[in-house]
Amino acid sequence: MSYEATFRVWRGDAEGGELTDFQVEVNDGEVVLDVVHRIQATQAPDLAVRWNCKAGKCGSCSAEINGRPRLMCMTRMSTLPPDETVTITPMRTFPVLRDLVTDVGFNYQKAREIPSFIPPQGVKPGEYRMQQEDVNRSQEFRKCIECFLCQNTCHVVRDHEENKPAFAGPRFLMRVAELDMHPLDAAADSGLDRKATAQEEHGLGYCNITKCCTEVCPEGIKITDNALIPLKERAVDRKYDPLVWLGSKIGLRRG
Amino acid sequence: MTTETRPPEAADSTGRGVHSPGRAAIAQRHLRLDRWWLPQVMTAAGLLLFIGYSTWRAFFGLHTSYAAPYVSPFYSPCLAANCPKMDGGADWALFGGWWSLSPALIVLIFPLGFRLTCYYYRKAYYRSFWSSPPACAVAEPHAKYSGETRFPLILQNIHRYFFYVAIPVAGILTWDAILGFRDPQGHWGHMGLGTLVLLVNVSLIWAYTASCHSCRHIVGGRLRHFSKHPVRYRMWTWVSKLNARHMQLAWASLFSVGLADLYVYLLASGAFSDPRFF
Amino acid sequence: MTEVERHGFDVVVVGAGGAGLRAAIEAREHGKRTAIICKSLFGKAHTVMAEGGIAASMGNVNDQDNWQVHFRDTMRGGKFLNHWRMAELHAKEAPERVWELETWGALFDRTKDGKISQRNFGGHEYPRLAHVGDRTGLELIRTLQQKVVSLQQEDFREHGDYEARIKVFQEYTVTRVLKDGDRVSGVFGYQRESGRFFVIEAPAVVLATGGIGKSFKVTSNSWEYTGDGHALALLAGASLINMEFVQFHPTGMVWPPSVKGILVTESVRGDGGVLRNSDGKRFMFEYIPDVFREKYAETEEEGDRWYQDQANNRRPPELLPRDEVARAINSEVKAGRGTPHGGVFLDVSTRLPAEEIRRRLPSMHHQFKELADVDITAEPMEVGPTCHYVMGGVEVDPDTASSCVPGLFAAGEVAGGMHGSNRLGGNSLSDLLVFGRRAGLHAAQYAEAAQEDRPLVEQEQIDAAAEEALAPFSAEGGENPYGLHQELQQSMNDLVGIIRREGEMEEALQRLAVLRERAVNAGVEGHRQFNPGWHLALDLRNMLLVSECVARAALEREESRGGHTREDHPTMAAEWRRVLLACSLADKPVPGEGAIVLQRKANPAIREDLLGLFGVDELKKYLTEDELPGAEADLPPQRADTDAEKKSENGAEH
Ligand SMILES: Cc1cc2nc3c(=O)[nH]c(=O)nc-3n(C[C@H](O)[C@H](O)[C@H](O)COP(=O)(O)OP(=O)(O)OC[C@H]3O[C@@H](n4cnc5c(N)ncnc54)[C@H](O)[C@@H]3O)c2cc1C
Ligand code: SF4
Ligand code: SF4
Ligand code: FES
Ligand code: FES
Repeated sequence: MSYEATFRVWRGDAEGGELTDFQVEVNDGEVVLDVVHRIQATQAPDLAVRWNCKAGKCGSCSAEINGRPRLMCMTRMSTLPPDETVTITPMRTFPVLRDLVTDVGFNYQKAREIPSFIPPQGVKPGEYRMQQEDVNRSQEFRKCIECFLCQNTCHVVRDHEENKPAFAGPRFLMRVAELDMHPLDAAADSGLDRKATAQEEHGLGYCNITKCCTEVCPEGIKITDNALIPLKERAVDRKYDPLVWLGSKIGLRRG
Repeated sequence: MTTETRPPEAADSTGRGVHSPGRAAIAQRHLRLDRWWLPQVMTAAGLLLFIGYSTWRAFFGLHTSYAAPYVSPFYSPCLAANCPKMDGGADWALFGGWWSLSPALIVLIFPLGFRLTCYYYRKAYYRSFWSSPPACAVAEPHAKYSGETRFPLILQNIHRYFFYVAIPVAGILTWDAILGFRDPQGHWGHMGLGTLVLLVNVSLIWAYTASCHSCRHIVGGRLRHFSKHPVRYRMWTWVSKLNARHMQLAWASLFSVGLADLYVYLLASGAFSDPRFF
Repeated sequence: MTEVERHGFDVVVVGAGGAGLRAAIEAREHGKRTAIICKSLFGKAHTVMAEGGIAASMGNVNDQDNWQVHFRDTMRGGKFLNHWRMAELHAKEAPERVWELETWGALFDRTKDGKISQRNFGGHEYPRLAHVGDRTGLELIRTLQQKVVSLQQEDFREHGDYEARIKVFQEYTVTRVLKDGDRVSGVFGYQRESGRFFVIEAPAVVLATGGIGKSFKVTSNSWEYTGDGHALALLAGASLINMEFVQFHPTGMVWPPSVKGILVTESVRGDGGVLRNSDGKRFMFEYIPDVFREKYAETEEEGDRWYQDQANNRRPPELLPRDEVARAINSEVKAGRGTPHGGVFLDVSTRLPAEEIRRRLPSMHHQFKELADVDITAEPMEVGPTCHYVMGGVEVDPDTASSCVPGLFAAGEVAGGMHGSNRLGGNSLSDLLVFGRRAGLHAAQYAEAAQEDRPLVEQEQIDAAAEEALAPFSAEGGENPYGLHQELQQSMNDLVGIIRREGEMEEALQRLAVLRERAVNAGVEGHRQFNPGWHLALDLRNMLLVSECVARAALEREESRGGHTREDHPTMAAEWRRVLLACSLADKPVPGEGAIVLQRKANPAIREDLLGLFGVDELKKYLTEDELPGAEADLPPQRADTDAEKKSENGAEH
């Protein structure tokens, strides 16, 4: 079964652009990316679009479909009404390069600002022992395919460009949580308090837990419930717990 | 592109948010076709309904707050001298006689604070009352945003202390429900529809309280090695299951509190008499 | 003079998959300034798609496992065509490479005693694949990516510059390796974003560009797999070996059409999934080849028992090496016992509880639900063969990963030899780490030695490369590159696919010659900024070169072995095992003729002590009389009797 659909695709670059209409054939079982490829192959060979795996595994094909941030390769045409125009725009939080391709460099910069895993002293390769229940939580966060849809949707930076320097975004706050929950991360021994820095350096306080990141995550990671809120609670342990506060005032540190 | 980034260009006064310079030039604030505003409107309606009702009851409900053997959850514990006499209940006049307003106002601070700082309700009212954001990928109207980084919203971080207080409050409500197994004269071993109402209410309150994110953190979430604390790990697993339903429990317990109070009001005002089971 | 963005580094790594990142980390740790170049975004290379796991004989689940057993499995899987030294190094070093990942933050699934859990996979005697659910490749690439970031953080602390010693150029495409005389002097390419050209001068270049699957129509590979590294090596004067061996993974999705080819991981079978034809029959029992007869179950009952008790039962034939399973499926479908969409059924729904399936195979569950509307916990999947991996690649020195061009190294899927005629599942990810590290190490040493006398980049070469890259903008006639690509894929799929015939391959070569001429006229519209049509037009050169290698070598090899099946020569011939087919660029390509010349090379003899790991009976199936151990020397036959072989198989002797 196939039908003609109207696609309205944003075309342009940083200088400006507009939504352009295409009439294009859609076949049974196709996803939005297939249709974009058909436009590319038959009508607009220079239509810029990023993709790789076409199986929801690499997180390259992020865009906004009818205003909703999604992976183009995982949005089946059958989930969209056939008689309505399908509007596709690039992600609207990052600077646009061309057509559907944006400059996601912001995310790579934030990734570099999160201190890496610190291996425990004196444990040799091959001697790492961890229980499954201890790695489950961090493993959930490591399912992240870095599609940056959560970063794109989070209103903290989407609606407030000026917050970009101060806010790491859900994906990278989740990275802090991942490392803080890693059973063998030795940050504390090296004097790095991931809980406190989440708040002080990576902008955890900007998050008002409105859960848009969770809503758009194609991997179904419970970013807010399992990473951000627990991280907020951990920051409270450090910063708003009177016992700890008192301890630090009189020069004691609780381990 | 290399992995290095250019610093964000100086914000232009002509556009902010999705209209900032450099971003794809799309005039619309959003392109969503679905009824994204509907959940917000429903949330706002639900919350307003409850706020309206509870304000009325808290200020003017003192005389209809007790219908033996049932006490309204809005008035328990009741901490002023002007409380009705509650046979076996928590009518402790800790505040003495100088308090002349409704005693509900004293104790409601705590459940109110608990819910006001609750992670779920925060989401609900930030979205529906403050449009921050109105819905995902829908531009918000505010020019500036600092989230929970500054006063007063930084105070949301004290949620866990409200959780600590919520436990004895739930304990008292449990006692109130147990007192419901008496007849209006105070003899034990009886039950009426009101007992059931209070029981359901207190179960939902407990479920809501136990599903709290702070609770989840305290029972086990703060641990790094679950394997070294098997009991706390099991508790954390249970709480996590409840926690996944925190939103539903928040609404269910909100309505059940209101209904339990309404039930007592109807009895106390004589609009209705309690069907007794035995 | 062409305007280009210029950089200077000690080592340039082309490719940011597992092999490239591991090489770059090693080169940087040896103090060399290292550049990583990749066509897509950092962290999105093809390696993210790997699902099943990394093979390493850590012996965490079955302590009988060790490198010798892994070596044996690898050689058997590759039908003894593998370069024995690569297989040896790989088997020995894989565990260290996996353990090292943990020190960089990787979180594998665990065993009860807290070690890395290992799972069963086709062709591996013991549970050997370290894994993370079915997203092992993602874990691998993320860990390496994060290690690169941690090195950058180190540099930031020391030099105040994250990119002082290791820099990633993402969305940069290399189109030429530059040379100074015989030696490599750097790379030339374009920036996808702006279309501007760049040159990176460096004495050592490591190719880690992955595979060639995009030359075939039905493939599990992404757009990146246009054989760039293979072609770059050819153009730089290196040779490719084993190009006739292309692995068709037995289980790709077959429906809906738009996802045809997407991989269904082998772990589905490793965890209990079975293959059935439209009659409901588990047909694999009929396709056990003689060489494997003793090692696979003969009845369904025995096969099923094996999942619980591996010591006393033989494995089910669903876990035969991939080439066998792919051919079996192909035959079933041809015989009219296929599913409505031309595949066979792969079923776990009746084999494991739904909860278990969701836990063990989360991304498969997700993939079928989202893309095909199939709930794999309740119904069978439809699967069929898909082009998956190329065993062939740059001919390299096993120890140093260097090609015959000084300064040019290759590792990962782009390198040849390690897997022989067929790769075992899980052996690629370990290959990436083992030889990625070696390539990085030796590239760093080579660059160190070249410090005194750094090769120079000639302007002429830059101009020529720029001219070549710009040609599509001025092409007359303007053939649509997308159309050309589709024709190429169709030809390769139909004529040089799973089952090959002489006449068809000759036809394929003719078609390729025509396509090559038409590709000269591939034209593009628009400008140079992020223009996919232009990118494809440039990739066509590479795909055509590589496809010709595949077709030419496949036509030459008159036997069937591993990933190369000839209908007209259906058996394996021991004589052919001694022959490697090497492709190199023809000096002066004649129009209408091929651009590739083929040369026969001797496959180096396997070291005596390694041969000793096999029983003579088994060796007889693969080797010629005079290659057998003791053929010249009059040694008593070692472990000739099957008893001894059985024993060693259980690992009792090691
Ligand atoms: C679906 C699927 C599942 C798999 N599962 C497994 C498994 O479970 N276990 C296993 O061992 N193996 C598996 N494999 C095989 C394995 O994943 C690949 O062989 C391996 O990842 C290849 O890694 P690589 O480092 O050689 O190249 P890749 O990871 O493919 O990286 C290639 C890099 O080179 C870059 N590049 C290419 N051309 C150019 C150019 N011209 N200029 C600049 N950069 C360029 C690309 O951008 C990319 O960064 C699987 C493969 C697929 C497709
Ligand atoms: S929950 Fe926090 S991080 Fe996630 S989208 Fe909302 S504000 Fe952003
Ligand atoms: S957390 Fe989810 S939405 Fe965010 S980048 Fe990762 S996969 Fe994408
Ligand atoms: S193309 Fe990889 S996620 Fe869509
Ligand atoms: S009560 Fe909702 S999070 Fe604590």
